[in-house]
Amino acid sequence: MDAKILEKNLLELIRRTSSQLPRDVVEVIDKGWRKEKKDSSGKYALEVIRDNIGMAKDKSQPICQDTGAIICYADLPQWCDERLFVKAYEKAVVKATKIGYLRQNSVDSITGENSGTNLGPGNPTFHFHPVKGKSLTVKMMLKGGGSENMACQYSLPDNRIGAGRDLAGVRKCLLDATLNAQGKGCGPGILGVCIGGDRGSGYIAAKETLFRTLDDVNPDKRLAKLEKQILKEANSLGIGPMGFGGQTTLLGVKITHRNRVPASFFVSVAYMCWAFRRNGIVMSEGGKISRWLYES
Amino acid sequence: MLLEAPFTEKKIRALRVGDKVEITGLIYTGRDAVHKYLHDGGKSPVDLTDSIIYHCGPVVVKEKGKWVVKAAGPTTSIREEPYQGPLMEKFKIRAVIGKGGMGPKTLEYCQKVGAVYFHAIGGAAQVLAERVIEVPDVHMAEEFGSPEAIWEFRVERFPVVVTMDSHGKSLHEKVLAESTKNLSKLLG
Ligand code: SF4
Repeated sequence: MDAKILEKNLLELIRRTSSQLPRDVVEVIDKGWRKEKKDSSGKYALEVIRDNIGMAKDKSQPICQDTGAIICYADLPQWCDERLFVKAYEKAVVKATKIGYLRQNSVDSITGENSGTNLGPGNPTFHFHPVKGKSLTVKMMLKGGGSENMACQYSLPDNRIGAGRDLAGVRKCLLDATLNAQGKGCGPGILGVCIGGDRGSGYIAAKETLFRTLDDVNPDKRLAKLEKQILKEANSLGIGPMGFGGQTTLLGVKITHRNRVPASFFVSVAYMCWAFRRNGIVMSEGGKISRWLYES
Repeated sequence: MLLEAPFTEKKIRALRVGDKVEITGLIYTGRDAVHKYLHDGGKSPVDLTDSIIYHCGPVVVKEKGKWVVKAAGPTTSIREEPYQGPLMEKFKIRAVIGKGGMGPKTLEYCQKVGAVYFHAIGGAAQVLAERVIEVPDVHMAEEFGSPEAIWEFRVERFPVVVTMDSHGKSLHEKVLAESTKNLSKLLG
């Protein structure tokens, strides 16, 4: 493996992730825009958002000034060493920050000091899986602070909203989370949900499920049904883009599940804003990118 | 509709919740440090009479001796809730631009003073930066640092929506109340 080529490919991955929204997200935003009432403030918000998406792509500039937390998932074949991968990725991040694809977004939680490079304890976040095949798959997500602040976790039963330990209870949690977020997380948003797990693994799985495309169908029939139902019901609440009112409150709902211990029943909800930046590559040992995930 | 400087009380009082407005003229950025400073009795380096304050920590760089805005999206406004109303009254500030809306105290002062809250489109960094056509000056950059400084932005057709007006109406309150009602209907 040539580390220089890997670094170059990763830099291009960061550039595209920061400046181009995935095909599936753009499609759903367009659909929402067509649906909103003529001359409404909700339609206006989506109009500005659509213009912004086009401009960012043309100018190769960040879609939103908050380029968020950098989350990386990689499927590593035998030829790709984890430490070498991390080194190449970090170099690409530092470069991307210098060029301006990424904002300086890593702050020391004790001193308040900004590292200026986007590197620091826990930044970026890596998740590795060893794989048998020959290709390296790298997926990344940029998750903005405003949307992250809208994440929430329920412990069932929840008496405040009358949610019990079943899918009917989960439905109440997800609608409650949507109501509480209003437009504050730069909606229209996307919910990534994990039923079960512990407090930590639940949130991680909730975020991970956002790597699914918005137009796919959950292979688990029960969850597919729930996803469809929540999307429809959330969009009937009237919150709309930016919380201005309207029919486009959520762009998608993605649900996964983990086993739990008998004493706990968590529902973890990750909220993603309209600036849903994720992308991915499939790369050979020779350094050739054979596929861009999420692009048409 | 278009709103052009000067931002007089009469023009501002004519605005209603839900109006889509494009602003043209000079506006000032200001966020946490500036609000606290002015609230504590600090002197404003610019005349804020009939002004618009933008809750924004922009990315501005100097290119060929001129300031150029790279990103200028809104930041969350509710942090200024304790200060905003009294400052509107003291300096005759006619409007603030931000995101997420503000609370009952600011709404009350909007009525009293003749001011409004404009909601910008969160995350639309490129469109909003493009509508800032000139940066004539910057104030208090040494004291507060670049993102917290008072930047003078000459904007052209800067897109916002009125979500709190000078007649006691708040779109945020309305949407929250309606969506809460819709949800309880849905849950039966
Ligand atoms: S929530 Fe998303 S769109 Fe809004 S400012 Fe943050 S990153 Fe940008």
